[in-house]
Amino acid sequence: MIRFFELIGKIFIGIIEELGGLFLLLISSAVWMLRPPFRFNVIMRQMEFVGVNSIIIVLVTALFTGMVFALQTYHGFKTFGAESLVGPSLALAVTRELGPVFTALMVTGRAGSAMAAEIGTMKVTEQIDALHVMSVNPIQYLVMPRILAGIVMLPVLTAMSDFIAIVGGYFVGVELLDINSGIFLDKINEMVGVDDVFNGLVKSTCFGLILTLVGCYKGINTKDGAKGVGKATTQAVVFASVAIFISDYILTTVMF
Amino acid sequence: MIRLVNICKTYKSQMVLDRLNLEIDHKKITVIIGKSGEGKSVLLKHIIGLSKPDSGNIYIDGVDITKINDKKLNEVRKKFGMLFQDSALFDSMTVGENVAFPLKEHTRLSKKDIDNIVEDKLSYVSLESVAYKMPSELSGGMRKRVGLARALALDPEIILFDEPTSGLDPVTCDSIDNLIVETWQRTKSTFVVISHDIESTFKIAHKVGMLYNGKIIEIGTPVEIKSSNNPIVKRFIRRRDI
Repeated sequence: MIRFFELIGKIFIGIIEELGGLFLLLISSAVWMLRPPFRFNVIMRQMEFVGVNSIIIVLVTALFTGMVFALQTYHGFKTFGAESLVGPSLALAVTRELGPVFTALMVTGRAGSAMAAEIGTMKVTEQIDALHVMSVNPIQYLVMPRILAGIVMLPVLTAMSDFIAIVGGYFVGVELLDINSGIFLDKINEMVGVDDVFNGLVKSTCFGLILTLVGCYKGINTKDGAKGVGKATTQAVVFASVAIFISDYILTTVMF
Repeated sequence: MIRLVNICKTYKSQMVLDRLNLEIDHKKITVIIGKSGEGKSVLLKHIIGLSKPDSGNIYIDGVDITKINDKKLNEVRKKFGMLFQDSALFDSMTVGENVAFPLKEHTRLSKKDIDNIVEDKLSYVSLESVAYKMPSELSGGMRKRVGLARALALDPEIILFDEPTSGLDPVTCDSIDNLIVETWQRTKSTFVVISHDIESTFKIAHKVGMLYNGKIIEIGTPVEIKSSNNPIVKRFIRRRDI
């Protein structure tokens, strides 16, 4: 019985330690963001990596999400003659939830994991020590540009993702399932407000922070060589994904 | 001048450095020898402030680096260059970018001047033709040479070498030893080398210190160390178990 409580206590302490570590890394990154030198080329490279290089995978996901959503809701709404609600239900779901969450999950899988692997490899091969020796702060050089890139690029990707998902839904609803084009668009216009889109983009900013912070934190705390890098990468994706879902619920409760 | 006074360091209840005292001669090559796992690399990391001692003081040119903040420590670190055991080259950068990195970070030199210095440092280590290659395309010996070129980029006053010949074949070991001696003759900087390679140690050292059980148990010139009466030193340099 004592062992059981020991185990519970150990898990609890582990969670508190991880959250504390993440918080300290966040504070440290914020402080280093304000201190010179400002390495704009490093920040731009990370924006390219997190944002530009994720565009195709995010847009393909959004397109098919929109198409599937329209298909599923059409058959559901048709049973009680409300096909005209396919457009607004799609637009509301995409702008409030599916766009921000799916974009964040795709970027976590692509960029968050890569951050953990890259920084983790640098840790175990003494490249981070080499930065220290050359009087370059690793938080400022490695972590801060990635977090900034996540915060800036996720809303941009989400906005593109929202648009493409609605285009996909329009194609299926109007072109394939014969919903009237005017009704589809008018109902979206009527039922979806600017605040729905805006709140979705605020969510995506938070998700961008979470996925980059977790990726960098796991990378910078990597131990035990190649095995440790693998573990850090897996944990970065799992923890960031779970954190995105939990924070999504909290943000939805607060915003809508 | 580097001076370590009563340094203690414990990892997971194991005392790695135990009231260690050491003075490194200015503008000489000092080699610290000892068995694997004795804490030689830990000692080196203390000298450059990558690890903090549990107690004791480390003076670099009179400044106690255990008592200063990160900003001041970074200023002290600018006096150092370091060649890591596995070179620690940035694998996302080309060889040329690796050598240029400290110059871009700490000088206001033009791109042309930086390119010229990179070319000069790489030609010094006989690797001028690999500037556009990635570190993963180089052999172990070449990586060490590039690591040395990067360590030399800012012409530091002190250069630390962590096992410079480990994992290399005897011929490459010899060429790295020669390069260390040539570099010292050219720069007349203070060199601190960590090694367990006896042959290499006696070839390059002006002074040799032996680390055992967390302490420097003997320090002297290569001749003095070779004629030491300390049984542990004797056994180590004769490659017998200590």
